[in-house]
Amino acid sequence: MNPIAWRLATMTAIRDETPTVRSFTLSIPDWGGHRAGQHVDLRLTAEDGYSVERSYSIASEPERAGEIDLTVERIDDGEVSPFLHDVVVVGDRIEVRGPIGGYFVWEAAGPMATEPLFLVAGGSGVVPLMAMLRHRARSGAHNPTRLLFSSRHLEEVIYREELDSLAATSDGLEVVHTLTRSQPAGWMGYNRRIDDRMIADVLAPLGMGSRSFICGPTALVEVAANALVRLGLPGDRIRTERFGPTGT
Amino acid sequence: MTRGFVGRRRAEGDGTPGDARSRTPPGQYLTSDFPVLSAGPTPHTPLDRWSFFVEGLVREPVTWTWDEFTALPAREWTVDISCVTKWTKLDMRWRGVSVDTLFEAVELLPNAAFAIASSDGGYTTNLPISDVLNGQAFVAWEYDGKPLAPEHGGPARLVVPGRYFWKSAKWIRGIRLLERDVPGFWEGLGYHNRGDQWLEERYSGD
Repeated sequence: MNPIAWRLATMTAIRDETPTVRSFTLSIPDWGGHRAGQHVDLRLTAEDGYSVERSYSIASEPERAGEIDLTVERIDDGEVSPFLHDVVVVGDRIEVRGPIGGYFVWEAAGPMATEPLFLVAGGSGVVPLMAMLRHRARSGAHNPTRLLFSSRHLEEVIYREELDSLAATSDGLEVVHTLTRSQPAGWMGYNRRIDDRMIADVLAPLGMGSRSFICGPTALVEVAANALVRLGLPGDRIRTERFGPTGT
Repeated sequence: MTRGFVGRRRAEGDGTPGDARSRTPPGQYLTSDFPVLSAGPTPHTPLDRWSFFVEGLVREPVTWTWDEFTALPAREWTVDISCVTKWTKLDMRWRGVSVDTLFEAVELLPNAAFAIASSDGGYTTNLPISDVLNGQAFVAWEYDGKPLAPEHGGPARLVVPGRYFWKSAKWIRGIRLLERDVPGFWEGLGYHNRGDQWLEERYSGD
């Protein structure tokens, strides 16, 4: 089997999502496409040959040919994310290889296309789930879908406007936010960390035939996955992806 | 070469002693955390329902209870661990039983060549027995002097320090010996069949 080749991608767009999160569009020659939920490896190489690699989830839907979006949170003491945020400009070239990962994947095909879909995200854990929602919208799927999304403050909600407009298309998607640190005046949503009761309440309309994808910090993933198991969702219908404080 | 990239290592020095650097495989970075990764929910099997099997191409298959298993000759292991997601953690201290000890109890048949570790939740991983014999692998139930936490694979996990950490099956419940290789969970989903971190065998074909 041939190795997954390193390709020289070109940065074609950079935009702010929140004060600390940016999306980067990479144009990749001979990109063979990906499935929603997969990730890529980036490799940065210094003049003397020193190099570092990191994995980042793909944020964009597979329908976009020849390019991908990555959405990256700037981790102050990181080595790669500050470089992407502070140094990289449009036109720069970066080595990429992928797509990688074949389990944390949702496709608008087969049974998945019609099964209820329950997504749970914490912070930048929303990125691979956003690829699923974008893919779902582009494919015209109408399966009942809910995203429970935990952020600290309203201004830190990644993709907030796009999520609002996706949820406004009445194709079966609902987005439920919880803001754990501060809430704007008149906030009607949840205002606490994800817990068993919240999981039960948000899952309820979808029922136990749901398929679930959870991505976020370990503590959130543990709480959400354990709650789903206790509620009776079979373990093989719960897929998780995690990042720790070192996921820079 | 990436325009403008210097790397923290040279820009300000990351304080990593040379010894630690030489113990960090290519493409990895050092961390002092113990990150958690898993594909599904964390199983919680009560110890009174926990057991461990060794079966397949063995003279005497065996099933140990938790008390029997943790009464096997155990020792401390201090090893470096590398995860395919790029982190490496040095000097991780475990307590557990060598896979050699488990195999001595059952006596492998001469045609046993591959070991498949099976875990609660359905996870599997495959290893040639040459990768786990002679002190290269152990089943641990303590980490850093404390019972191994469920999210880190407790009550017991396989630890194979010479391979990427997905080979160190969390929540392990048994090992099956086979004549022919069978890909495990991640090995069937695009990850490398062997996973030697010093050769950067991350994905199929590397």
